[in-house]
Amino acid sequence: MTEIAHHIPDEILVAYAAGTLPQAHAVVVAAHISLCAECRAALAAHEAVGGALLEVEKEEAVSEDLRNRLFDMLDAPAPVEPAPPRRNGIYPGPVAALLGPDGQAPWKSLGFGVKQAILRDTSEDSLRLLYIPAGRAMPEHGHNGLEMTLVLQGSFSDEEGRFGRGDVEIGHDALEHTPVADPGPDCICLAATDARLRFKSLVPRLLQPFFRI
Amino acid sequence: MLAVRDTRDREAFACLFDHYAPRLKGFAIRGGASAAEAEDIVQDVMIKVWHRAHQFDPEQAQVSGWIYRIARNQQIDRFRKERRPEPEMLLAEEDTAPDAGQVVALEQEAAGLREALSRLKPDQREMVERAYLGELSHSEIQAETGLPLGTIKSRIRLALDKLRHELKDMRPS
Ligand SMILES: [Zn+2]
Repeated sequence: MTEIAHHIPDEILVAYAAGTLPQAHAVVVAAHISLCAECRAALAAHEAVGGALLEVEKEEAVSEDLRNRLFDMLDAPAPVEPAPPRRNGIYPGPVAALLGPDGQAPWKSLGFGVKQAILRDTSEDSLRLLYIPAGRAMPEHGHNGLEMTLVLQGSFSDEEGRFGRGDVEIGHDALEHTPVADPGPDCICLAATDARLRFKSLVPRLLQPFFRI
Repeated sequence: MLAVRDTRDREAFACLFDHYAPRLKGFAIRGGASAAEAEDIVQDVMIKVWHRAHQFDPEQAQVSGWIYRIARNQQIDRFRKERRPEPEMLLAEEDTAPDAGQVVALEQEAAGLREALSRLKPDQREMVERAYLGELSHSEIQAETGLPLGTIKSRIRLALDKLRHELKDMRPS
């Protein structure tokens, strides 16, 4: 397996640790960490900072009632916790957990062999899988807000470099780019957006809501 | 914490409770909870600490960092009605005796961290606190993430730079 070259920036790891990332982006972070020991260690370091701050957090007296109630509960059996997500083929656990019971992605064609599978779509954020045949370009687009793209299979290249399995590209407000899937296995990636992408070609803007892009 | 984990020692758990419960309540209130909600969160967090004690590994984390993660998850559950997605777990290594060197190194790091935090100027300290302990209530998330995350990102980046700077100054060169 090739080395991961493009990681999660620190400020996004902190936002994940602090729980202030939108859910879609948190899935991308959790999926990357599932593949990347370096970012797993960095997250632990940020949690240590959170812990150090907790140690000196302003104290608020808790009621005696709470203390008694809690100690009465200790003998009760532990509640059953959901099993941690398991990897499914190319899909890291946090992504696999969002697939249907059959473990398949709900692919829909966007034309020219490009497919997408929407895993989450709310007014604040959306999460989708994109399937781009080798050699084909993703429709050109600019960004609103924060876009994070994690490669799960194959690779793509754009003005920012080459991105292979495990690599994350962070799209910022100003970035306009045209990723092209490299020759080799078709490219599958996971993309989180916190505002609708502005596609400049392929799909007219009017049709964007229809395609839910 | 290890007494709680290994011998299910209730007295040790009581010490842990008396130390962390008031801090967790303060943390939850800062996160946007009312006093009553905060007590519920403290209860949920501490009961998880008790039940999940077997997952605690002093080679991997400080108690406070481990509790911070549990507490934040609990707050997210409550405010968003959604679980935060978690990475796959590492396969647990066949456990041998804990590596004392590793544990001591972590403790030293934590001490350094506390020292660095105490040396931040009040406004820098405030930024760091907002980045790590910031509010989670719905309106705040919308306000902050709705602004294309840029505000959050630059604030956190600035806070991290200050913290790194302090840590670097302390390192004997
Ligand atoms: Zn990484």
